[in-house]
Amino acid sequence: MWKIRGWLSQRSYWILAAVGLAVPLSLWTALTALGSVNRVFLPGPYDVVHRIATWFQDDDLLTDVGISCFRVIAGWALSALVALPLGLFIGTFRVVQAVLEPLTDFIRYMPAVAFIPLVMLWIGIDEGAKIAIIFIGTFFQMVLMVAEDVRRVPMAQIEVAQTLGATRGEVLEEVIIPSAKPALLDTLRITMGWAWTYLVVAELVAANSGLGYAIIKAQRFLQTDKIFAGILLIGAIGLAMDQAFRLIHRLAFPYLHARS
Amino acid sequence: MSAVSCRGVGKVFTSGRTRVVALENVSLEVADGEFITLVGASGCGKSTLLRLIAGLDEHTEGEIEAGGVPVQGPGADRAMVFQNYSLYPWLTVKANIKFARQLAVHTHDRTSADVEAASGRAEALLGLMGLAQMAQAYPSQLSGGMQQRVAIARALMTRPRILLMDEPFGALDAQTREVMHDLILHVCRLEGCTVVFVTHDVDEAIYLGERVVLMAPRPGRIDSIHAVLLPRERNPAMKHSAEFLSLRSRVLERIRETSGLITDLELLRKLSQRTTLGQPLQDTSSANAP
Ligand SMILES: Nc1ncnc2c1ncn2[C@@H]1O[C@H](COP(=O)(O)OP(=O)(O)OP(=O)(O)O)[C@@H](O)[C@H]1O
Ligand SMILES: [Mg+2]
Repeated sequence: MWKIRGWLSQRSYWILAAVGLAVPLSLWTALTALGSVNRVFLPGPYDVVHRIATWFQDDDLLTDVGISCFRVIAGWALSALVALPLGLFIGTFRVVQAVLEPLTDFIRYMPAVAFIPLVMLWIGIDEGAKIAIIFIGTFFQMVLMVAEDVRRVPMAQIEVAQTLGATRGEVLEEVIIPSAKPALLDTLRITMGWAWTYLVVAELVAANSGLGYAIIKAQRFLQTDKIFAGILLIGAIGLAMDQAFRLIHRLAFPYLHARS
Repeated sequence: MSAVSCRGVGKVFTSGRTRVVALENVSLEVADGEFITLVGASGCGKSTLLRLIAGLDEHTEGEIEAGGVPVQGPGADRAMVFQNYSLYPWLTVKANIKFARQLAVHTHDRTSADVEAASGRAEALLGLMGLAQMAQAYPSQLSGGMQQRVAIARALMTRPRILLMDEPFGALDAQTREVMHDLILHVCRLEGCTVVFVTHDVDEAIYLGERVVLMAPRPGRIDSIHAVLLPRERNPAMKHSAEFLSLRSRVLERIRETSGLITDLELLRKLSQRTTLGQPLQDTSSANAP
């Protein structure tokens, strides 16, 4: 049972996962049902579900979800569009690495939140600004992770292709990219998670819709149940996207999941 | 004409302020269609020499020619097989074997007959290597011996003139290895390719090679070259022949002499003597005193 990296049946896995979710949920229910905690500080699960229902009926929940998803995906996709080729070159050519990696390393430690005033100054306060914040939050990490994925391609795989007569372009196209692909998909999955964590920050910028905006507004009116609702919704959407990425991984890379 | 010709080849690795002389003044001619094996103590530069011939590293001295042309970087005429197989895990066995076909150097002959011939060759190699049933499997589903056969087939697919192998069977068990020995001899005869084969196993070196090149360390160099006076068609019974055994003991003796292992053994013997006499280890001066 406690075997290192041991095997677990699908059924037991999901039963344990359900237990892992049910225990904190029931603790939460019990805590609020006892009435020992003020509802303003800790709303019960029922309050939160109720809030989601009214949000859905009267307050355009779907619009908030839609616009937030759009901002996150747009910021993340834009970042991927630049980070993938750039990381590929950083990880492949030492010259590019020397020029760009220390710089990226430097910028990546700067807090994305602190860029908000600059973004407002340079881009304005419309959709572009929110997407830019998410971009800044994810891009620099993403580049370095992509570069690392590319560097992890075994040198022997590259050398085999070279001794078979592959040109530089062919090594990139036929060996490095296909070899790094599974790791790259994982990097995209992980950075998607980070993009979501920057949503609330992004929607600090003159937003009037979105899940993050709803959380900020609820804070102003002390609607704790709505804060809970917003946080849980973001968690649920993130979980769904993560599972979608894992499914794509299984479908796109059968060789990693195939066992005779 | 020699298939491979090394004249006064040297290789120095420099990293920062440290210089490692990996090879010094190596001269070697490998005849067309010859099967030669390189043996020697660990660190004597066998892999380095092979990588220089492959063009994967640059030599710092001398000249290396392959097929009469100076080596400048890797090329399709010199295929290499590595110890750890390095198959492409995302390709099936058959796609691995046909990998080189999609490269520009091998696509100049693109009539339908050529394409057919290539696919026939892939099939033939699969059969020759006993992999016909595994054509659609992924490398992760194969045993080590099978993986190495795929790697060899992949290297042979485009008929390279020279096959370079760096301890290709080092990770296999003894039985699988023996099967692979006869297989590789058979295949290379059939293909008529020149083979430079690195190993640290003297039996393997003699059984496979027409000549055994013995290298010595510090600095890496060729110590001696031994012709194997066995019939060209080898069979396992020859491992007990007088020629095999005497060459084996000569080569082993020479490796021992050149490897610096003797001084190690001497040290070990002294240390064990001293401890059995019950004297403290650090007391070196008095232990040696009469
Ligand atoms: N990339 C490198 N940088 C620095 N030194 C190296 C490098 N590659 C090899 N060397 C050195 O060159 C020498 C020869 O190494 P090489 O790997 O060719 O030996 P070998 O005969 O193949 O040994 P083994 O039997 O253990 O594989 C060693 O002293 C090694 O430390
Ligand atoms: Mg070696």
